[in-house]
Amino acid sequence: MSQIDQAAKTNWTLLFLGWLLVSLSATISIFFSSVLEYEPCVLCWYQRICLFPMIFILGAGLFPTFDKSVIKYALPLSIAGGLTAFYHTLLYAGIIPENIQPCSKGVSCTEKYFELFGFVSIPMLSFFAFSTIIALLFILKRRTSK
Amino acid sequence: MKYVLFGSACVVLVLGFILGSSYYKGQQDDKYGFLAQKNADLFVRDHSPTLGSDDAKVFIVEFMDPACETCAAFAPFMKQAMAANPGKIKLVIRYAPFHDGADNFVKILEAARMQGKYWETLDLMFKTQNIWASHHDYQPERLWEVLPRAGLDIARIKTDMHSPAIAKIIEQDMADVKTLNVQKTPGYFVNGRPLQQFGYRQLAQLIQSELDVQYPPTR
Repeated sequence: MSQIDQAAKTNWTLLFLGWLLVSLSATISIFFSSVLEYEPCVLCWYQRICLFPMIFILGAGLFPTFDKSVIKYALPLSIAGGLTAFYHTLLYAGIIPENIQPCSKGVSCTEKYFELFGFVSIPMLSFFAFSTIIALLFILKRRTSK
Repeated sequence: MKYVLFGSACVVLVLGFILGSSYYKGQQDDKYGFLAQKNADLFVRDHSPTLGSDDAKVFIVEFMDPACETCAAFAPFMKQAMAANPGKIKLVIRYAPFHDGADNFVKILEAARMQGKYWETLDLMFKTQNIWASHHDYQPERLWEVLPRAGLDIARIKTDMHSPAIAKIIEQDMADVKTLNVQKTPGYFVNGRPLQQFGYRQLAQLIQSELDVQYPPTR
């Protein structure tokens, strides 16, 4: 009995950490765009579309107790966001040439705004956040399907 | 317990955001204030057109684009502010033609300045903007139709606007735009202090606070 309780508690904590990461990422993203006034490019917007709803989906999955169906709803969003972030990172790093990407109007997707420690770019941060969420969701999927 | 944890995480995130914003804004104020003291050139170049008394102590530096709708919307506001504080405000015009093709209108404006009709032309351009630049759909032909109203020699403008001196002015202004991190037009600095939150009321407050510093109200 207490083992099941413990497992449920761990699931909740893992999901809570995921929610925290998503919320923190969204806060930073909004900070970049509205306070530092970095204008988001097209690809950033696609990633934001995937990121922002997860605050509410993961948040809702936490109450009243951990709900495993949250995995099913959050995975498509996080995978779509993760793929976009991966593409964006490659584009930014110059591995994919820029002329084939869709953002010709407004801000370029390779515009350098900010690089932490000289190499961690915004797309890279996004990719890191999405991959962590995907990993967390897969861990939860395994834990709950047993 | 869960609810408390969740709630406090939300509060921390929101507080972090608010504190971060105010910290950043304070830093920006300091940074530009420092720049304004150390490097006044960055805000007012020798080539910059200015309006108002030479003795004015409040400098409003406006980064603008004659084809920008909001810049046109702010023109009456600026006139009013200057009329309400005679001799205290000096308006400095800087260029930030961000959109493709917008620099051509700056060139026309600068060419009009060579004929001594700068402010009349700017006024006319703003007033007729909906004819020749409706929603960034630039129609220079239509501007040529209205320009004679300012008493300009159009043929001369057409040659003068390609002068290298004008290209140099735009180049310098765009370089300063980058240094001062102006992202949108109109971008305002009042005695070096950037307008942090955009709006008529916010700009009026910023101007008033500088007026109060430079011209302490007497009882």
